[in-house]
Amino acid sequence: MNPLLQVRSLSKRFPGVLALESVSLSVAQGEVLAVVGENGAGKSTLMKILAGVQAPDTGEVLLNGEKVHIDSVRTAQRLGIALIHQELNLADNLSVAANIFLGREPRAGWFIRRLDTESASTAVLQQVGLDVAPRTLVSTLSLGRQQMVEIAKALSANARVLIMDEPTSSLSQHETDALFRVIKDLRRRGVSIIYISHRLGEVKQLADRVVVLRDGKNAGELSREEVSHDNLVRLMVGRSFEIPRHRLETQSGKPKATSDNSALAVRQLRTAVFPQHALDFSIERGEIVGVAGLVGAGRTEMLRVLFGIDPAISGEILIGGQAQLIRGPRDAIDAGLALVPEDRKQQGVILEMAVRENLSLASLRRDSRGGFLNGACERSIAEEAVRALNIKTPSQRQPVQYLSGGNQQKIALGKWLALKPRVLLLDEPTRGIDVGAKQEIYKIMEQLAADGVAILFVSSEMEEILRMSDRALVMHQGRLTGELQRHELSEEAVMQLATGKSSP
Amino acid sequence: MKKIFGILGLLVFVIVVTAIKEPNFLNAYNLQNTVRWTSLFSLIAIGVSFVIITGGIDLSIGSTIGLVGSLLAYLLTMKGWSVPAALAAVMLMSLAIGLAHGLLITKMRLQPFIVTLCGLLIYRGLSRLITNDQSQGFGNSFEGLRHLAIGTFSLPFVPFAVPFPFLITLVVGILAAIFLNRTIYGRYLLALGRNETAARYSGINTDAMKMIAYVICSVLAGLGGILFSLDLNSIQPSGLGEFYELYAIAAAVLGGCSLRGGEGSILGVIIGTAVMRVLYNAINILHIPTHLEFAIIGAVILSGVIVDELVKRLAAQRRAARP
Repeated sequence: MNPLLQVRSLSKRFPGVLALESVSLSVAQGEVLAVVGENGAGKSTLMKILAGVQAPDTGEVLLNGEKVHIDSVRTAQRLGIALIHQELNLADNLSVAANIFLGREPRAGWFIRRLDTESASTAVLQQVGLDVAPRTLVSTLSLGRQQMVEIAKALSANARVLIMDEPTSSLSQHETDALFRVIKDLRRRGVSIIYISHRLGEVKQLADRVVVLRDGKNAGELSREEVSHDNLVRLMVGRSFEIPRHRLETQSGKPKATSDNSALAVRQLRTAVFPQHALDFSIERGEIVGVAGLVGAGRTEMLRVLFGIDPAISGEILIGGQAQLIRGPRDAIDAGLALVPEDRKQQGVILEMAVRENLSLASLRRDSRGGFLNGACERSIAEEAVRALNIKTPSQRQPVQYLSGGNQQKIALGKWLALKPRVLLLDEPTRGIDVGAKQEIYKIMEQLAADGVAILFVSSEMEEILRMSDRALVMHQGRLTGELQRHELSEEAVMQLATGKSSP
Repeated sequence: MKKIFGILGLLVFVIVVTAIKEPNFLNAYNLQNTVRWTSLFSLIAIGVSFVIITGGIDLSIGSTIGLVGSLLAYLLTMKGWSVPAALAAVMLMSLAIGLAHGLLITKMRLQPFIVTLCGLLIYRGLSRLITNDQSQGFGNSFEGLRHLAIGTFSLPFVPFAVPFPFLITLVVGILAAIFLNRTIYGRYLLALGRNETAARYSGINTDAMKMIAYVICSVLAGLGGILFSLDLNSIQPSGLGEFYELYAIAAAVLGGCSLRGGEGSILGVIIGTAVMRVLYNAINILHIPTHLEFAIIGAVILSGVIVDELVKRLAAQRRAARP
C-alpha cells in the first residue's frame, strides 16, 4: 500500500536546541498512526510543520508520492491536512455552523449564505454523529461536543489527514468513547489519522501502528501486534520502565488515626452546583484518597468549595477535628489546606513570573516582617523546592512559561511545601505531563503522605486512581456514589459507581 | 532594568538635541520650570501606574485634580476654612473617590474603564457645581501654603533653585518604589496583574489589593490637585487637570508599564514623565508651532512603544528555544 503522507528526514532547529533531527514517518490511507513520546520529544513541532504553522529547516513532505511544500496553514488545508489542537480553536460566541465554515463561508457578494452553511453543516455533523442544530452556540456545548465540531470542521474542508493532539485530555469517558467511535468510522472511510497521546491505553486501543519519538529523533516503531505498555514506555524513555507496585505493597504498615481527629472531615457539605446532594467523608493523616468520576461529576466543584474559592451552601469542614470557617482561599490556607488546581497555566502558576517568585508566592505573608519581603527566606524556599522536587530550570529567575509542563506542575505543587499543609488537594495532578514527570509527581505524593500529609486527589485517569489511591471515593452527578477500599479497587468497580450505581 | 536604560537614553537624546539647537534650554529658569512640572506630573503618573499594574485603568485623574483644586480654593477663600481643615477635607475626598472606584470594580465587578470614565464626568460636573463655574484663586494670601508648590531651595552643585515639589515627588517616589519592590503587597499587585486567578488561588486577597491600588491612584491625584492649583493660582473648575489622566497614562506606559498589567517600575515612570515634559518644553523653546504639541508627543510615545514591542519579540524569538 502506498503511503498517503510521507515525511522524510525532517529537521528543525530552534536557537539552542535541535527540536527535530531527521525524523521520518508515513501514514497510509485509512490508517490510524499514533505518535507518542515524552514532552519535548518533538511531537508538537512535527505536527506544527505538517499543519503549516512552522517551516522545517531540511527534509521533505510527500503527499500521494508528490513532494509538497507546506508554507502556511492555508496550504495545509488545501492539501487536506487538518490539525485538531489540544486546546480547541473555536469561536465560542458563534454558532456551530459559523465555526465549521469560518474563513470559507459560502458567500453572495459580501454576504454570507447562511442557509447554505447550515444545511452543509448538518451533513458533516451527521458524519461525526453529533446531534445538535447548526445554529447552536458553541459555548453551550460540552468540551467533547466542541471537539466533534472541530472534527466536523476539518471534514467539511475535505481533510484527508487529521492530526489530533491529545484529543482526550479534557474529555469524559463517554465523550472519549464517542470520539473513538468517530475515529474508527473515519478510518473505515479512508481518512488517515495521526493521533498524539500520552495515554498509552488509548494508543493500544486505537492505533494500527505506533511511531515513537525521543529527543527529536525516531526512537522506534511498533506494529499493532507489538504494542504493549512495556514496549511503548521502553521506547519512550529509552530504558525499561518498571511501574512500581503500589506503595502499600512495598511499605509496611500505615498510621491509622481514629476518625475523631481525621486530617479532613466533611459533613453534609453542599455545593452550589449540586445543592441536592450532601457530601460526607473523611481522610486520615498520611492517607492518599483518590476521587474518581466522569468529567462533570462535581469533583472539581467539591475541591473549590473545600478551598474556599466558591462558598458552600451548607455543611461543615473539619481539619484535625476542628470546625473551620472557610470564606476564601486565605482561610483555607490558614487552616492547613493547599490546592493544586486543575488548570495549571491559568490557576496554578503565574507564567510570566520567575520560578522563585512563583514558589514563594503562597508563603510570602508568613515570612514577611512588617509586610516587607524577606529575600533570603524567599531564595531558600525556592532553593529547597527546586531541590526537593527536582525542578529542572536553568535558574530561579527563569520565567515559568519557558519550563516544560511537568516542571510547571511541580512549581504549582512546590509553592505549598514551605507552608507544610496538613491536607493537600490535587486536581488532575498529572494532566498533560509526560511519563517521567508523572512518576516524579507520584513519588512526591507518596513522600508527602509518608510525612503525614493527607492527600485528596481528583483524577480522570483510571490508571492513576488504581495506582495511587489507598482508598477511592467515586462521584456521579454531584453525589458520592461509593467508597472503595484498596482491596476493592478495580476498573470495573470504579466504573460501576462512576456511572451512577451506588455501592451495595 | 533594560527598559529603564532605553527610556533614559531617549530622555538624554531629547535633552541633548534640544540643548544643542537652543542653548537657552539650559538656563536656570527653564530647567527649574521643567523640573517643577516633571515633579507634579510624576505624582499622578506614579499613582496611575499602580492601577495599570493591576491591569486596570483610571480615567478620572484629571477631573479629580480639578475637583480637589477647585474645592481647596473654594473652602479656603469663600468658606474661610483653616488650611489644615481644607487640606484634610480634600485628601479625605480623594481617598473616598479611590475607595469608591475600588469597591465598584471589585465588589460590583464593573469594568475599570467604565467606572472611572463616569468618574471623569461626575467629578468635573461637581467641581463646576460647587464653584458655580466661577474661576477660583488664592490671590496673594496663603503664601506659606503656596510655598509647597512654587517655593524653591538651593542644593550644592545644582545651578538652579530646586522647586519644592521635587522634594515631595522624591519622597513619594521612594516610598512608592519601596512599596512596589520591597513589600509583599507590591509583589501581590504584580502577581495579580499577571494572573488574578492564580494569585487568588495562592491565598492573596486580590480584591483588597486592587482597592489599595485605586486608593493610591486617587490620593496621589488629590495631592497633585493641591499642588497644581497652588502653582497655577487661577483655577478654572471646567479646565483644571483636563487630559492629565492621559499624560499620566502615557508617561506610565512610556516608563515601562504594560496595560496588560503586572509590569512597571517607579523610576521608569518618573523618567517617562520627564521625557514628556522635556518634549513639551522643547516644542515651545524651539518655536515649533504649539498646535503640533499633541501630534509630536503622540508620535514619540508610539515609536517608543513600537521599539519596545520589537525588542520584546526579538527576545522571545531567542528564547523560543523549545518547541
